[in-house]
Amino acid sequence: MAEDLFHIAGKAFTSRLFLGTAGYPNQQVFLDSLAASGAEVVTVSIRRVDMEGGAEGILDLVRDRAWLLPNTAGCATVKDAVLTAQLAREALDTNWIKLELIGDRETLYPDVEQLVTAAAQLVDDGFTVLPYCTDDPIVCRRLADVGCAAVMPLGAPIGTGLGILNPYNIEMICVRSAVPVILDAGVGTASDAALAMELGCDAVLLNTAVSKSTDPVRMAAAMGHAVIAGRLARLAGRIPRRTRAEASSPELGLIGG
Amino acid sequence: MITVNGKARDHADGLDLPALLGEAGLGPDSRGIAVAINGTVVPRARWAERAVADGDAIEIVKVLQGG
Repeated sequence: MAEDLFHIAGKAFTSRLFLGTAGYPNQQVFLDSLAASGAEVVTVSIRRVDMEGGAEGILDLVRDRAWLLPNTAGCATVKDAVLTAQLAREALDTNWIKLELIGDRETLYPDVEQLVTAAAQLVDDGFTVLPYCTDDPIVCRRLADVGCAAVMPLGAPIGTGLGILNPYNIEMICVRSAVPVILDAGVGTASDAALAMELGCDAVLLNTAVSKSTDPVRMAAAMGHAVIAGRLARLAGRIPRRTRAEASSPELGLIGG
Repeated sequence: MITVNGKARDHADGLDLPALLGEAGLGPDSRGIAVAINGTVVPRARWAERAVADGDAIEIVKVLQGG
């Protein structure tokens, strides 16, 4: 079977799983999870240094093991998100940014109006922008129109593990999108990741589903398999749903007739 | 007064960026660090020449875990 590569902004990836780096019990569990998942892209955040001296960052841990995708997590204004992206570019020497613009802290839903504005500014500034967005085909189209390299619609609110609440929308986004679609947020278990791929997503980004599971390393492996299985199923083409049973064994030669 | 990572503080005359970074245990070779002053990133190559002026709002950030 030919290698099924996936491209963003001209960069090829083999794995279609992006893994977040937050919330693991310890660094070793994270490293083992990363290895078990097969993910080639990991997300990181940009935060203020503790001037009193504090926790070590994770950069040395991941920089040789994965492609780094810094985020603007928690930013609530265009100004903060753009500056965070610029700081990430300086800190990591990458022009890739996972753009998050949070509308409120309770739902963590994206503020789509500010998101499109910030995305356009960052594209103009030379960034490869991957925006975390609502599962709205029109918002996704607008983000692609302003030059985003991919769109990352949510399956469900961040950290909820509710799965894909609106598979119809995700499938429609995948059908219509001119850029890769990465399902971001909401995945709770392996079947959610597989479903995303079956619906036509190019990749899946998840974090909490692995880091907060009972056995993160095992769940990471499950997610790696799920994304592969879902992708294969998508390529293979599922059978149509029917409302009535249809026997799969031959009817001819049945005994007792 | 200057503001460093959201906290107002006094500063000595002649304080420059390398000295300020040194307070946080950071040097010119520290990796995964970035600095912005008054909303503009100061590239690493210019840290040494950047004096800190009264009223500056300085952000010093690093790479951390994230989703």
